[in-house]
Amino acid sequence: MRRFLGLAAALALALSAGGAIAQEKIKAGWIYVGPIGDHGWSYQHNQGRLRVEQELGDKVETIFIENVAEGPDAERAIERLAREGAKIIFTTSFGFMEATAKVAKKFPDVKFEHATGILTAENMAVYNARFYEGRYVIGQIAAKMSKSGVAGYIVSFPIPEVVSGINAFMLGAQSVNPDFKVKVVWVNSWYDPGKEADAAKVLFGQGADIIVQHTDSTAPLQIAEEQGKVGFGQASDMIKFAPKAQLTAIVDDWSGYYVSRVKAVLDGSWTTAIVWGGIDSGMVNIAPFTNMPDDVVKMATETTEKIKTHQLSPFTGPITKQDGTVVGEAGKSLPDEDILSMNWYVKGIDDQLPQ
Amino acid sequence: MRLVLERRAEHSRLMMVMSPVLAIALTLVAGGIIFAIRGLDPLEALYVYFIEPVTTIWSVEQLLVKAAPLVLIGIGLAVCYLANVWNIGAEGQLTAGAILGGIIPVLFPAWQSPLVLACMLLLGIIGGMIYGAIPALLKVRFGANEILTSLMLVYVAQLLLDWLVRGPWRDPKGFNFPKSVTFDGWQLLPTIGYTVHIGIIFAVIAVLAMAVVMGRMLKGFEIRVLGNAPRAGRFAGFSRDRMVFFCFLLSGGLAGLAGICEVMSTVGQLQPTISPGYGFTAIIIAFLGRLNPVGVLLAGLLLAISYLGGEAAQVTLGVSDKIAKVFQGILLFFVLACDTLILYRIRFQPPLAAHPVSAE
Amino acid sequence: MLELQAIILTIITASTPFLLAAIGELVAERSGVLNLGVEGMMVVGAVCGFAAAYSTGSTFLGVLAAIAAGTLLSALFGFLTLTLVANQVATGLALTLLGLGLSGIVGESFVGLPGVKLAAIYIPVLTDIPFIGRILFGQDPLVYLSFILTGVVAYLLFKTRIGLIIRAVGSSHQSAHALGYRVIAVRYSCVLFGGACSGLAGGFLSLAYTPQWIENMTGGRGWIALALVVFSSWLPWRAAIGAYLFGTVWILNLYVQPLGLPIPPQLLTSLPYLVTILALVIISANRMLTRLNTPACLGQPFVPDR
Repeated sequence: MRRFLGLAAALALALSAGGAIAQEKIKAGWIYVGPIGDHGWSYQHNQGRLRVEQELGDKVETIFIENVAEGPDAERAIERLAREGAKIIFTTSFGFMEATAKVAKKFPDVKFEHATGILTAENMAVYNARFYEGRYVIGQIAAKMSKSGVAGYIVSFPIPEVVSGINAFMLGAQSVNPDFKVKVVWVNSWYDPGKEADAAKVLFGQGADIIVQHTDSTAPLQIAEEQGKVGFGQASDMIKFAPKAQLTAIVDDWSGYYVSRVKAVLDGSWTTAIVWGGIDSGMVNIAPFTNMPDDVVKMATETTEKIKTHQLSPFTGPITKQDGTVVGEAGKSLPDEDILSMNWYVKGIDDQLPQ
Repeated sequence: MRLVLERRAEHSRLMMVMSPVLAIALTLVAGGIIFAIRGLDPLEALYVYFIEPVTTIWSVEQLLVKAAPLVLIGIGLAVCYLANVWNIGAEGQLTAGAILGGIIPVLFPAWQSPLVLACMLLLGIIGGMIYGAIPALLKVRFGANEILTSLMLVYVAQLLLDWLVRGPWRDPKGFNFPKSVTFDGWQLLPTIGYTVHIGIIFAVIAVLAMAVVMGRMLKGFEIRVLGNAPRAGRFAGFSRDRMVFFCFLLSGGLAGLAGICEVMSTVGQLQPTISPGYGFTAIIIAFLGRLNPVGVLLAGLLLAISYLGGEAAQVTLGVSDKIAKVFQGILLFFVLACDTLILYRIRFQPPLAAHPVSAE
Repeated sequence: MLELQAIILTIITASTPFLLAAIGELVAERSGVLNLGVEGMMVVGAVCGFAAAYSTGSTFLGVLAAIAAGTLLSALFGFLTLTLVANQVATGLALTLLGLGLSGIVGESFVGLPGVKLAAIYIPVLTDIPFIGRILFGQDPLVYLSFILTGVVAYLLFKTRIGLIIRAVGSSHQSAHALGYRVIAVRYSCVLFGGACSGLAGGFLSLAYTPQWIENMTGGRGWIALALVVFSSWLPWRAAIGAYLFGTVWILNLYVQPLGLPIPPQLLTSLPYLVTILALVIISANRMLTRLNTPACLGQPFVPDR
């Protein structure tokens, strides 16, 4: 017992001594819903954290907890980071919303940033990326590259972010080929290589020759590679898993945002905000175009530029819904709330959206 | 050199007390070795895992909140396992309880009165009981193995919850995200302080109740006899079928209570994930506690400590969270191994000479 | 036509892990040991197989590593339940837990890495036959192995002396012991075989099915394999039929979805589990069949009373 106490004392001394020497190094914390090694969602967030360490390492110390289940454990994990002295905490999954809000109330001096959420407070901001912009681009590529005119789309759950992704993809594809078709398969999981692989095989067998996914594993692309078909990566660049099959990937890049927000805490300029960055902010990156002819590269690059400079917006009205009604004003983009809560398909998608 | 087990004339009282202690000690040693291999100071790591969680008030509060559902379910499972009824589906019964109890805030969000609290808890228990009755029925009526049926039903319950919160029970103001309305007012458990909710009281009551029943009442005797010597139980007039139902309804009800308490407190609504595997961890707790009420209580606290310690270790030591799971598995193994010492004495003997009837 | 072929191919790959794990557990249970740790052994097989294949570039070594991992874990189980006579149900559950935790740790550095895929075989003329060519002659070697194993086990259990001894040990260990058979040794061998098969099943998942590693990639298949053994009434060829039945249901929802029927996807996903329950009920309800085929000493500890 004495040994423990001695150790504890030594530990405490070391930590405080370290703190005194390092001169107000503030702590920034991250909560991940999955493992940082998933090479997908949590991996990319962690890359952002590593960039903060790289650029601001002399002033900031980063701490994180991974594999935090959305549920009872989330609040405790967030509070733990706050108690550890973190001055800004990023919670990187929608399911952490209430937990983040609760802890934010308890720690008014700590800044909280919730990814893909909708609740804000004086010390709680939300941030998100317009992934659907990327989907529009790959939709165009798909329509150009597909010989059968049918794409297979593997998705996890029917939440608005996924649905807006499907719609943006379709709109992009339809801008090149109005008769383009997409077949959607829901695998009910963000990360299940077995099911995703099977879904890919089924979709290929049903006539799709290009695969799109909103799930995090590399399995569908690997199947595409095996069968000599093509597809798109998700969340991170998956080219090394499918050197001949990946056309491009939508890569989440949070590093710019993270660095700027931590800096804001450092110089005291942090305020709550709702940030929804797209290709323009660098949050959504399109991986290098590979395995496609030059004219397609040209088209894709142009579209990306147009979206980046706000000349083109995927959800520009009028848009015809699957049920025939029309939404959106001509020439104007749909309001953000509508995109954030999207639960309908555009016309041209034959599948029924699970309600 | 052979390892031979020699049956003791009666259970060794010394080992009954020493066995869990020995198991814990061995686990700590094994844990220390794992840490050392990974390049950490074993003592420091063990401190962070097991001692630090009890050093702050906040941490102790979190500990109690985490241990409460574990102990609640663990008590129910301990009764089951004593009767040789293998309920592995507590996680599913937990979910079913949460679903049934959650009906009230979802369908009647504006109804606020102490009655709501009582009804939700009651429905939670009933939900768990109904769900637990299914494997019991299948076992009694069809002889279907309850381990597998109760386990399969876990997946079914989770998928049912998933469907409900994504579809019919989705919060209309929730931007189409898979959550139900947030619970409010009487739909939430009253708390002492900020976090400690009355679920903890339920857990303590359960421990006391089991101690009384098992120690002093005929039911306890019945449970033990049917578990150890079913034929004797039959001769005594105890019905095995009734016991199966009793055990499943009891553990199902307790699991359902734990489930509704969770959604009425720390979670505060219905969503696809409401439990980080409490139903399965409780199985470990039941065994760690050697199927004894006080043991279950202590085991629950110990495991809750290891969970909290695992999280703390991630932050302060940078250690992966999977070590906590390995700890639990190793602990369980050692407990099971050391338990042998209660019934048997271990002797090392020289190899036998070839005996007259050759084996092959 | 292409679609039907795709469907059949996916059924075959989905069913193989079930069959491999079930055959191994079947042998173990025939000798009287109930090893609930199939899920744990499968997942360590998956991670070790992947790790070995990735580090050496050889899928053959990966397969061997998977088998070795499963066998080692089952040896631990055997030591606890056969030598130390611990409760088999509890130990099996502990094994699953340990397996899941260990595999998570071992696999940490392998998450997100591209794997080495076990190549399907290719026979010059036969595989090119339209439609059935790929189905019959273009599978991974492990698919063929699963059927060979089934045949070998069927033959071994019912047509050889060794099989007779195994079944004797499982039906009445006291009598077998009195006859001079080494009950513990027989059970150890069967448990190790079960572990090897479960490990192999896991290896199939990470080497052939989806060549990568993620935590818990077995996804509950081990439990279904256990149910399969009961479903098959401990008869090898029935286990094969059961494995393919479950494999079909396992991926059924992927086919039904594009049909656009208004069935909630969660219901489709829950089908394998519901079907498992149904199958168990149907099989167990036939008490005669159950009594005839269940190894009588299943799960009961044995200590030689010398």
